[in-house]
Amino acid sequence: MLETLQAEFRRHAPAVDFCALRYVEESSEWLQVRQDVAEPPQLSTSRGAMVTVIDKGGLGYAATSDLSGAGLREAIERARRLAALTAGRSVVDYSAVEMPRPSGEYRSPAGRDPASMGRGAKYDLLAQEAKQCRIDDRIVDWEANLWSTTTHQAYMTAEGGLVEQRFNFVVPNLSATAHAGGESQTRTHGGRYNGFCRQGGLEVLDAFGLAGAGRRVAEGALELLAAPNCPSGTMDVLLMPDQMMLQIHESIGHPLELDRILGDERNFAGTSFVTLDMFGSYRYGSDLLDVTHDPTRPEQYASYGWDDDGLAAEKQYVIRRGVLERPLGGAVSQKRAGMPGVANTRACSWNRAPIDRMANLNVEPGESSLEALIASIDLGVMMRTNVSWSIDDSRNKFQFGCEWGRMIRGGQLAEVVKNPNYRGISATFWRSLAGVGDASTFEVLGTPFCGKGEPSQVIRVGHAAPACRFAGVQVFGGEA
Amino acid sequence: MRQYFEDLARFVDSLARPSEVIISRFSAEDSDFIRFNRSKVRQATGVKQVAWALSLIEGTRRIDASTSLTGRIEADRETLRGLVQALREGIADVPEDPFLLIETRPLSSSTERAGRLPAAGQVIDEVLAAGQGLDLVGFHAAGPIHKGFASTMGVRHWHSVESFSLGWCLYHDRDKAVKSSYAGAEWDNAAFAGRMAFAREQLARLGEKPRSLPTGAYRAFLSPDAMTEILSMLSWAGFGLKSRNTKQSALIRMADQGATLSPQVTLAENTAGGIASGFQGEGFVRPQRVPLVEAGRLATPLVSPRSSREYGVPTNGANSDETPESLELAAGSLPQAEALAALDTGLYIGNLWYLNFSDRSACRLTGMTRFASFWVEGGRIRAPLDVMRFDDTIYRILGENLEALTVERDLVPDADTYGERSTLSMRTPGALVREFELTL
Repeated sequence: MLETLQAEFRRHAPAVDFCALRYVEESSEWLQVRQDVAEPPQLSTSRGAMVTVIDKGGLGYAATSDLSGAGLREAIERARRLAALTAGRSVVDYSAVEMPRPSGEYRSPAGRDPASMGRGAKYDLLAQEAKQCRIDDRIVDWEANLWSTTTHQAYMTAEGGLVEQRFNFVVPNLSATAHAGGESQTRTHGGRYNGFCRQGGLEVLDAFGLAGAGRRVAEGALELLAAPNCPSGTMDVLLMPDQMMLQIHESIGHPLELDRILGDERNFAGTSFVTLDMFGSYRYGSDLLDVTHDPTRPEQYASYGWDDDGLAAEKQYVIRRGVLERPLGGAVSQKRAGMPGVANTRACSWNRAPIDRMANLNVEPGESSLEALIASIDLGVMMRTNVSWSIDDSRNKFQFGCEWGRMIRGGQLAEVVKNPNYRGISATFWRSLAGVGDASTFEVLGTPFCGKGEPSQVIRVGHAAPACRFAGVQVFGGEA
Repeated sequence: MRQYFEDLARFVDSLARPSEVIISRFSAEDSDFIRFNRSKVRQATGVKQVAWALSLIEGTRRIDASTSLTGRIEADRETLRGLVQALREGIADVPEDPFLLIETRPLSSSTERAGRLPAAGQVIDEVLAAGQGLDLVGFHAAGPIHKGFASTMGVRHWHSVESFSLGWCLYHDRDKAVKSSYAGAEWDNAAFAGRMAFAREQLARLGEKPRSLPTGAYRAFLSPDAMTEILSMLSWAGFGLKSRNTKQSALIRMADQGATLSPQVTLAENTAGGIASGFQGEGFVRPQRVPLVEAGRLATPLVSPRSSREYGVPTNGANSDETPESLELAAGSLPQAEALAALDTGLYIGNLWYLNFSDRSACRLTGMTRFASFWVEGGRIRAPLDVMRFDDTIYRILGENLEALTVERDLVPDADTYGERSTLSMRTPGALVREFELTL
């Protein structure tokens, strides 16, 4: 299939400044057991190609699910026509962008192939954990699910460049909801929105800790139901990795996306409080803050060898010792901004054009043990597992909420609290970073659901982080 | 495209064995997507895609799969033949489903709405000309969308519309902008020019020094665009039978504890007045109207076929998420032209942004003001607002603090294009609110 496509593409690629084709075939299986009932399996295969044409300064994209010779020729002609229509009227002279012409291969860690386990066995595994959730009449809903995906992607340029990338993704999840007295509380294992997402095979389930998780989430939901509301006031917060991933995502990742800074997203996803002149000098966080864009960590969700414009991936510091170093922008944005960025131009599938996206954006571990972080807090809340997120269109004023909180008083863990929320401002929040956990507190997480772009795209991103302490944060609980 | 769908649906039907039922769901689009930034083109993309989803049912076992197709019938027959065979081989591993329910009556429906759509080149010409000398950023999506449903039980539904949607902002500076949109089935240069002229007038107001407000409760007028954001939160988590019965509905206090909204609030899933298809994924036809909240009291939940089986309640054609696709809020009695005078002093909120629950059981929402939002004194706009965060419950915003809804309502098509162009919409008036809690 790929060889035929390659031959057809090369045969019909027009004589233009640049022409490339990105082929994507993605197959997924989604299985769920809810309240001890197995729901019908959802299988999907999406297959198609996107043609890129750059000519005389214009840029055109055309995507098609018709991969026949005629279909491909039609897409090439459509992309060429759109490039002609936009020549001289685009935000940049696209012909002046040095587009990579790479060759090579990338594969997710081989691991244990999810297909090696029968669908019946997977259902049994999920049913076993789901059954363990039913420990009390106040548990009103519970479910266990497993989502596995394989992706084959090929990026070819008219001159002969060819990159093939093969990915395997595994995303397990469990949740239980308890209800009493007009209130419901949900506890999850793997995050409310599939925060435990990895590349690899069935070994991801071992890392997830599926065995015994059913009972634990049910107990957690009941514990929250009995807990008092999180108190209001200014205090320290100790964010565990499954909240840190959201904190990084919304208040470092999005504001540093170069296409937002250049204004592309202002009609939808928004702009950024960060401006081009801040790179190299702006104090984003305290000295303890080191942030890397790292698509090279094999098991992490958004690792790859090349981005969708063919730029080779490498680990780069975007914030070092608290100072802003470089934006998250690929080849086109780097040309427009006149500054170096990272390999992060990505599309969610074959039918969308690539734009600047986070890949794996991580906070590097520090030197404090979890015990030391807790001991350093006189009054504060440890928070786990994001449940609510909201931030302004400049990615500055935010408010986030978690499933679970636990008070810290006098350096000791105290009572569990429900509905822990906090507010802050990105531009200053990271400067209150007062403690960074060591490698023993570090977890590799992410999200399958980062939305951005016009037309809209939902893409995979990874966030790994240690536990982190922030001083003097505005904290509050739920409605009385 | 309809002939292609009918031919392929007949072919798929012919593959079924006597003990099997096969359901087909078809979707296709041929879209132009053009992004603008700083009154120039950022990206121009054409997307032609065809997809087919199959459900193979044998007894009470069901397996679902979707695949991309080429749109060429000979090749696509072979793809679907292979897919049916693969599902047949896989169904033995699938446990029985006690909640399986599909439409078995041989019903059919058909909607076709042709449009007069602009070519990509025409849109680029018009938008760049209109944006000259301005900082315009926007997005245009246009083309036909086709959806079909077929089953071996003789059900056939067809929905085909041609439409365009152009949304754009005129930026004054940083985050100060006027948001506008122009959507429909027939492009008219004069209509577009009229909306641009109105946007330019509003833009002039953003030149004044912005007002930064201390946190606290303010009198506020929420425009229809701002109201769609609030209603979207209720759509996400408020109206489904499953969420109600599993106590996860954001409106659980209305369901279980008799909490109410203002008697002015009447909400319905109004399929007849929307642009979404009139059928859902298991082939059930949606009623013209399903009352969701009547005079402030919770009414009928949205019931999917699955919930219908699980809870023993008839389905009302809801999708599997039990979310409305054509939500409408009934009109009130405040003429739009009198809204600022009725507000007197307070906030005019043109748009809200990035809402989420800060306490779902209490239906407490948080979010940001965005775009054209202004400080109003004595019924006159005085200054643009710096963006502010609100955090308040629906029982206050649309309950005890709701003073009035406007007579006029806007039909706001959903501009989302995740995977494919959305056919969702909302129809809502603006709302005058006695207190609206700003927190950051």
